[in-house]
Amino acid sequence: MTAVNLRTAYGEALVRLGRKDWRVMALEADLGKSTQSVMFQAEFPDRYFQMGIAEQDMTSTAAGMALAGMIPFVHTFAIFATGRAYDQLRNSICVPNLNVRICGSSAGLSDFGDGKTHQSIEDVALMRAIPHMSVVCPADSIECEKMMECLLDWEGPVYIRINRNDLPFVTPPDEPYHIGKVTQLRDGRHVAIFAAGVMVSIALEAAKTLEAEGISARVVNVSTIKPLDRDAIVRYAAGVEAIVTAEEHSLIGGLGSAVMEALRSVAHAPVEFVGVPDTFGVSAEGYDGLMARYGLTPATVVKTAKALLKRT
Amino acid sequence: MATPEEIRRIERIACDLRTDVITMIGVGKVGHIGGSCSLAEIAAALYFSKMRFDPKNYTDRDRDRFLLSKGHTVPIQYAALIELGIIPREDIGGLKTLKGKLQGHPDMKTPGMEAVTGSLGQGLSIGVGMALALRYAKSPSHVYVVMGDGEIAEGQIWEAAMAAARYKLDSLTGIVDRNRFQATGATKDVFDIPNLEDKWRSFGWNVISVDGHDVGAVLDALDAATTTKGIPTVLIAETVKGKGISFAENTSAFHNASLTQAQYDQALAEIAEAKRKLQ
Repeated sequence: MTAVNLRTAYGEALVRLGRKDWRVMALEADLGKSTQSVMFQAEFPDRYFQMGIAEQDMTSTAAGMALAGMIPFVHTFAIFATGRAYDQLRNSICVPNLNVRICGSSAGLSDFGDGKTHQSIEDVALMRAIPHMSVVCPADSIECEKMMECLLDWEGPVYIRINRNDLPFVTPPDEPYHIGKVTQLRDGRHVAIFAAGVMVSIALEAAKTLEAEGISARVVNVSTIKPLDRDAIVRYAAGVEAIVTAEEHSLIGGLGSAVMEALRSVAHAPVEFVGVPDTFGVSAEGYDGLMARYGLTPATVVKTAKALLKRT
Repeated sequence: MATPEEIRRIERIACDLRTDVITMIGVGKVGHIGGSCSLAEIAAALYFSKMRFDPKNYTDRDRDRFLLSKGHTVPIQYAALIELGIIPREDIGGLKTLKGKLQGHPDMKTPGMEAVTGSLGQGLSIGVGMALALRYAKSPSHVYVVMGDGEIAEGQIWEAAMAAARYKLDSLTGIVDRNRFQATGATKDVFDIPNLEDKWRSFGWNVISVDGHDVGAVLDALDAATTTKGIPTVLIAETVKGKGISFAENTSAFHNASLTQAQYDQALAEIAEAKRKLQ
């Protein structure tokens, strides 16, 4: 039974990988309960490495493990995985194209209470810019489990962006999956909404509202932001009058930017982004309230689509 | 304990490595001469005597690893790999050129290289990861990580030092090339790190101080390091920056510098003379 909570699903999937392949190792920087890598520790104590609150060392240590033939999974909050240890990721891991998996947990605004120092809204931009690095962001636990299965064989480093919350199931459970897959979850002819992560369920909700107002919305789950399936983006962006991207990330350098890069040489409908403006986060009493503060809601997606369609 | 003949053999190889470094950097091209030459005896002792390392099977899982955390002095590692026949000798002129194969810092595309280093402070962590993985895989491999005495101002070195002690990594040996000069001057003036031996000891390491140009002492220290169980060992190797080239010794001027034709000729002549005395 797939857990509703994304990090729980992640932790369980990691244990399954550990059973399948002895080369899977897990590294942790004193956030094992938050990242749920503690599940791996319980079953494989000799392949679990508590590295202390020392993310830079942990990241280069993972490089060493991969150079010795292992498949290390590095765990910490997304903000520290991508920011604190950026140079280690870039130089120790990405330059030699090593098979390290970086689990950026509590990504986006999902660590709502801890505030701006712990909320990661630039991580996709940072990771996307590094050659060799792949960037994936599951829309729900079902997709997370399938992604994890792909991570044994994938060549090169992967950044996996994990939300800490329960997410509604939105992806088709029985459909085969591969890294790079871009999936249309719903077809429509007026507007195409490209979304990633938690924003996929929000986009689907928005599509229902739009439908009630006579606007037909296509919703596309872009769970692999890099390498981006450019052909799929161009195909799903075709035949509509408006395009909206929706992400739990800064408007700079994330999914919206990636979609625009994909569309850069083709004629396309007008595009608008829904995401976090160029600002740091803030502490909040709950996730929904924080998402609403930055307009990461179905209502904003609806409003954005209607504005592009001049149907306000 | 190495025999006098073995020590003499390694000393001669160290001269060859210095010759290769100077040849590689050449005339009028900037290169890290000082910190490469300070490492010649240590690199020769490791690659040509101490390490379990078969040049014909240099990717063998159970080989000992040589990681150059101070990656800017990679010419000394290239020199060793050239003398071992792993890097073709004809590549020696291609250092830091578009057409050449030898990058300015360690790169995995070069045969025999073990990691990407050069963004300073990362090599010891990489060594910790290798040693942990190889121990889990029940490999007898030993991992050697060479650091610079300027480099160890990087905090990550000390994170890795704690991790190595925490995991009782006796299959890991650190070597601090204490040549006492860094890019912009003497290490004591630029960023002095006092009580170096005490620092490593307090981080849980077995510490051995050694003259980094005394091959017999270096080999003895390495033997002591690999037979010490339960904790990692670090060699604090007292060296001379630019060793073997009189005008480049004990100065930061040749940390990363070019040679005139006259300097180039003089350097090669001095190294040849030193080798001749070892016959």
